[in-house]
Amino acid sequence: MQQGHQTWLFKNKPVIISTAAVGGPHEAEGPLADDFDLLHGDLWVGQDSFEKAETRMLEEACEIAIRKAGLQKQDIQFFLSGDLLNQIISSSFAARTLAVPFLGLYGACSSSMESLALGSLIVDSRGGNHVICGTVSHNAAVEKQYRYPTEYGAQKPPTAQWTVTGAGVALLSAEGAGPRVTSATIGRILDMGISDPYNMGSAMAPAAVDTITAHIRDLQISLDEYDLIATGDLGRVGHAIAGDLLKKHGIGFTAGKFTDCGILIYSADQPGVLAGGSGCGCSATVAFGHIMNRIKRGELKKVLIVATGALLSPLSYQQHESIPCIAHAVSIEHIH
Amino acid sequence: MEIYFWAFVVGGLICVVGQLLLDVGKFTPAHTISIMVVVGAVLAGFGLYEPLIDFAGAGATVPITSFGNSLVHGALAEAQQTGLVGILTGIFEVTSAGISAAIIFAFMAALLFKPKG
Amino acid sequence: MSNKKKKKLTPVQQEYQSFSRAREPKRPVLLNCLKAFLVGGLICAIGQGVSEFFLWNFDFTEKTVGNPTVAIMILFSVILTSAGVYDHIAQWAGAGTAVPVTGFANSMASAAIEHRSEGFVLGVGGKMFKLAGSVIVFGVFSAFIVALVKTLLAELGGA
Repeated sequence: MQQGHQTWLFKNKPVIISTAAVGGPHEAEGPLADDFDLLHGDLWVGQDSFEKAETRMLEEACEIAIRKAGLQKQDIQFFLSGDLLNQIISSSFAARTLAVPFLGLYGACSSSMESLALGSLIVDSRGGNHVICGTVSHNAAVEKQYRYPTEYGAQKPPTAQWTVTGAGVALLSAEGAGPRVTSATIGRILDMGISDPYNMGSAMAPAAVDTITAHIRDLQISLDEYDLIATGDLGRVGHAIAGDLLKKHGIGFTAGKFTDCGILIYSADQPGVLAGGSGCGCSATVAFGHIMNRIKRGELKKVLIVATGALLSPLSYQQHESIPCIAHAVSIEHIH
Repeated sequence: MEIYFWAFVVGGLICVVGQLLLDVGKFTPAHTISIMVVVGAVLAGFGLYEPLIDFAGAGATVPITSFGNSLVHGALAEAQQTGLVGILTGIFEVTSAGISAAIIFAFMAALLFKPKG
Repeated sequence: MSNKKKKKLTPVQQEYQSFSRAREPKRPVLLNCLKAFLVGGLICAIGQGVSEFFLWNFDFTEKTVGNPTVAIMILFSVILTSAGVYDHIAQWAGAGTAVPVTGFANSMASAAIEHRSEGFVLGVGGKMFKLAGSVIVFGVFSAFIVALVKTLLAELGGA
């Protein structure tokens, strides 16, 4: 049901009956390693290219989530997924293996919440009983496509971020036990004229703030409703900017409750991390792994995840275009 | 052994110019290196690069600026012999070693190694 | 370069960019220059050692020793790239590894290694010059202009 201008309020509150988070070697050395269902020791995942490895990780995440729910592939109505590779091949090839009706999406690093929002809309409107939503990213595959060959010696500035090698999925159902999706706010594109792909945090922060503002305005609530508000991958730089922007716009929040998946997933002293994690897999693995576990343990009751995406392409950058960004917010609650 | 000192200093200073282009000019690495090659060619045109090589040895021949210098010298040497068309026939003469080595070794690396990520 | 772009921005965008720039960590320019100086200088000193080796043990002159020197430095760079360590050194050294010919070799070796998954013809062969191409194109074109100008001036001077 539409609420306000750009928010859906889910009357039937779709249930997240299971989730899965799959990660790579860098994630295995991070503070959230225990919240992953499966961790790989190298980037190849037994495949002969990084792109195939990215597909395999998404397949694994889907297989794990389906198994944890006690279901079979045939029980799933729809699979919603997107990723960062050209023509979202990881999602399409995973969908080929899954053999489930497939809706491919592109939201860059906001794909996790874009797919969860749309999947919830499908389940809530009785359009499907079981829907898998998720996304994946792979550090080497993404660097190869968006920036430079992985062994190239280009020096990254302190605002750069490390793409997560990880896949995160959530299995939604009309009934069952688990945390529930209660609302979703779809973001609009904001472009503040920033064109440096090594400075995504600054580029995406306004989009996150815009979507959060729309969310609380549409639902007529304050951010204190939530035990945790987590942006997707603003990183240390973008997250601090977003916090200041929220204060500048008069939106109050408790400092300890406002965090970012890109900051949580790695410790500050891990090599190459710089400003924090990024990539589709960042918000997906942290939201569907770590944050879901905290909700199930009763530590968090109401959570807002605001996944942020930078919608540039390698070509748009070469053509001197700036970076348009978007953020989608989904609220998840533990309802007994 | 004085040449080692100047190779270190001059080579280091040329790299500092590159670093300023990267950090202050905010150029990409490809832009930065392209600028430096052109600078090398222009300095060669003014006859300033060979004296630098005499003074600093590898401090001037190892940076990519020397690539620009070598291209100019190859072209000019051949043009002196055969006229304007010599510019085209001679341009890669001196740099042949560098480009050939890079292609051959890079290809061998692709045959033998996988990226480490 | 960035000032030209700033003028095409709306007031809201300009305001935000000032806001965000004040909160972004600045690149440590002085420290980066020092690191570039040290590593770049060291690479050139190693190159000098290689030159001396060829001068003493082979039939090269000061004029011709540049060729084998550059070839050996390229080999070192390709080996470090293949071993997966060049990019880590480069993150520390910045232009210190990019500006010497080692950077050129690294750009080609890294592209060749990376794109092997697309096959040897289209991948390795087709994409090897992805990053090095601009260096060669601009080097050749600027050398062409310089040589053309010099040759024409000499001919005009002579005639």
